[in-house]
Amino acid sequence: MIRNILALLATSSLAVLGAAAQDVAIDNAKLWTGDRVVEGATLIIQDGKVTAVGPNASIPAGTTTIDADGAWVTPGIFAAYSRMGIVEVSSEVSTNDSAAGASDYSIALDMSDGFNPNETTIDVTRLAGVTRVAVAPGFGSSLFGGQGFIADTSGKPNSITKEKAFTFINLGEGGSGLSGGSRPAAWAKLRAALVDARTYPARYFAHNEGDALSRVDALAFGPASRGSQLILLRVSRASDIREVIELKAENSSLNIALVGAEEGWMVAEELADADIPVIIDPFANLPGRFESLGATQYNAERLIDAGVPTAFSYFDDESHQTRLILQVAGNAVANGVDHEDALRAITTVPARIYGMSGYGSLQTGSAGDVVIWDGDPLEITSAPTKIYIDGVEQSLESRQTRLRDRYLSLDESQKPLAYKR
Amino acid sequence: MKRAIGLATAIICATGLVSCGGDNGIESEPENTGSTETAGFDKNPYPSTYEPYPSQPVLLQGATVYDGIGGVFENYDVLLSDGNIAEIGESIEVGDDVDVIDASGKFVTPGIIDNHSHLGVYPSPGVSAHGDGNEISGPVTAEVWAEHSVWPQDPGFTRSLAGGVTSMQILPGSANLFGGRGVIVKNIRARTVQGMKFPDAPYTLKMACGENPKRVYGYGGGGFPGGAPYSRMGNLAGYRNSWIKATEYKQKWDKWEEDGGDMPARDLELDTLKGVLDGDILVHMHCYRVDEMAQIIDMSKEFGYKVSSFHHAVESYKIADKLADEGICSSMWADWWGFKMEAYDGIPENIPMVHNAGACAIVHSDSDIGIQRLNQEAAKALSDGRRVGIEISDADAWTWLTSNPAKSLGIFDQTGSLETGKDADVVLWNTNPFSVYAKAEKVFIDGALMYDLNAPDENAVTDFELGQPGEGDTK
Repeated sequence: MIRNILALLATSSLAVLGAAAQDVAIDNAKLWTGDRVVEGATLIIQDGKVTAVGPNASIPAGTTTIDADGAWVTPGIFAAYSRMGIVEVSSEVSTNDSAAGASDYSIALDMSDGFNPNETTIDVTRLAGVTRVAVAPGFGSSLFGGQGFIADTSGKPNSITKEKAFTFINLGEGGSGLSGGSRPAAWAKLRAALVDARTYPARYFAHNEGDALSRVDALAFGPASRGSQLILLRVSRASDIREVIELKAENSSLNIALVGAEEGWMVAEELADADIPVIIDPFANLPGRFESLGATQYNAERLIDAGVPTAFSYFDDESHQTRLILQVAGNAVANGVDHEDALRAITTVPARIYGMSGYGSLQTGSAGDVVIWDGDPLEITSAPTKIYIDGVEQSLESRQTRLRDRYLSLDESQKPLAYKR
Repeated sequence: MKRAIGLATAIICATGLVSCGGDNGIESEPENTGSTETAGFDKNPYPSTYEPYPSQPVLLQGATVYDGIGGVFENYDVLLSDGNIAEIGESIEVGDDVDVIDASGKFVTPGIIDNHSHLGVYPSPGVSAHGDGNEISGPVTAEVWAEHSVWPQDPGFTRSLAGGVTSMQILPGSANLFGGRGVIVKNIRARTVQGMKFPDAPYTLKMACGENPKRVYGYGGGGFPGGAPYSRMGNLAGYRNSWIKATEYKQKWDKWEEDGGDMPARDLELDTLKGVLDGDILVHMHCYRVDEMAQIIDMSKEFGYKVSSFHHAVESYKIADKLADEGICSSMWADWWGFKMEAYDGIPENIPMVHNAGACAIVHSDSDIGIQRLNQEAAKALSDGRRVGIEISDADAWTWLTSNPAKSLGIFDQTGSLETGKDADVVLWNTNPFSVYAKAEKVFIDGALMYDLNAPDENAVTDFELGQPGEGDTK
């Protein structure tokens, strides 16, 4: 039995998947469009884009057609918060580009400069059905992490979708610690940095440096300080979130989203009114720090019910376990979130937060990021059976599947396993 | 006598006749007798004061029952009475004094046992004042006992209870070659750790392979040139030096027990290591890589003890056949990998591949988040295994969560399966616990209802959470 399957796996691994987008139709799908579920749907992708979707879409003659046989079909999952592709082995600093504690720079640190499409984390993430990922900096010696980006999980050389998609800033306890030791210190630095960036370059002619930022960092912070780039803020405590809401009230042009927001439910109405979206980990239910004493798995339900745009992510090892986004979404459903809202939280809401219209959805004009599943995508026992990125069918192999296949049989009678190819 | 039983069991385990995770004869004569007769000093000076909470007889009626040892029974009843599993069967008749709960469409399992937790020693909130799980002060700290660090107020206990965890092993951390003694507790609210200690459970010893000891003592914590161990070979030398001392210490005590005379001088560190050599204390060894596991097995034979379980054993799938031969359990995550070099070869099929080779597989957490949903970790591993043709039944997979960890801890005679006469540590799940949507609906410990999903007002508020944001909220 196992041997037969091994043979099958070996065969499929030899099949080279097309490098270019092929026109493809997926028929008879239980389709999540990003907005609703359509039974018996047909989806047509041409030149890497969705060109038709719906129960009555007609399939152009000669198009490769896949009968989904009623299986779930979704947009590729959009992971809202990750360090995929910039960390190979977390504890080996030589392979970890997420933070630079000894750097002279902070906001100018651009994570896309460290992105490696060949990293093993990328295939592993893709195999769970995740096709687009927001990659955020870690924190070195400043509350300013740097520039994050959006990438796909194809592993191709040109797989960055959007560079400098956001500036990442830590206003939680961690950010306080990196600002001299307190929240007031962090806020003083942030306000000074906003002034430095908005007055760049004029004041730098006179003074040679800003109050909070070097010339290079002030330049990098310019777009975010003027609202043309997203500011992603790491913040947990209700009172800290209220400070952020106040900041936005005083600077209405700022484009802000929150990461963490463990006590977000305590200020859900205010967040909704301020139109500030959040990225939360639905698992967070422990008072892990004093800033998250109010943490509860019902955070997701309460935020969504209040109308706060809410995306999900898994925060415990953001480098290697981005793939667990589906598990946390399933758990959110087990804790009161509507199934469709949970799907939104891992498809359309992240795309909206990052200003990526045409991603995280399957509507005419959307990117051809599609996953066919062997069950309910949020069920923990389900997995993708086919994955497309920009209309290109993706390999279902990773270094992990190769290791697995090497050791599925422990028979060493022919030659040692380590010498297999 | 105790030693003789331990050795006999160890031999059976070593020959692979039975899959004995670590029941080195402990169940026949528990250590916690407080006896001072033979050893000359009290081996159990901090004894369990555990008392089951009050309970009344309960019949869980018409459920799908996983018995935790591979059996599944449809539309079965489970009767809990006097804190024990009184009966399992079809259409059990009971009197009016029994609380009958309709469990049709639901699932009944033994309570989950996590054999790798740091709850209480690394409690929430994780402030610096709470860092009590690692006696980093030296590479050999076999003298410390995790129970002396446990903070019973840790909110992690109530959260893991809601995930169906009824018992756990609390271990000291993994900085050291010998980290100290672990403690096995029932997951109940108590003012003291003694009130949580699993009655008659053996002590355990935490040891660690690989990167942690050499990083902490060699080139990390101490600064260059640092101290020892600096390398994996330094790790092995460190263990062996200690086992040599422990062997001499044991010889002294054995001679004294036989011949009398002046009692030998006590040494807390060597007390623990001697306990291992005597077969009283079970070794739980953090080891990721197979090459290191093989060396540890050789070392255990060199000094005459047995490893109960390798923990964090991400590479067990590479030598699952050998681990089956040795009768050593692997305590594993479903899918953690890559955070350090020795975790680089982690694969999601590790657990089913270990099981498939006939070895003892355990799902463990090492996490205050992971401990809350170990059923989901098992489900991931089970389904990933099936995708490559490893057919394991749901009922067999449940052994990863209850009977196998119980065996590795030497408490399987009391808990870990639904068998008549065992402790009524039982979970009623609102749907198939291998579903992401499943919740533990009722959790019983020794027959007492300790958690009820549908009575949130009854759920525990720890002292720490009293008067704080979110007090009494559903977590």
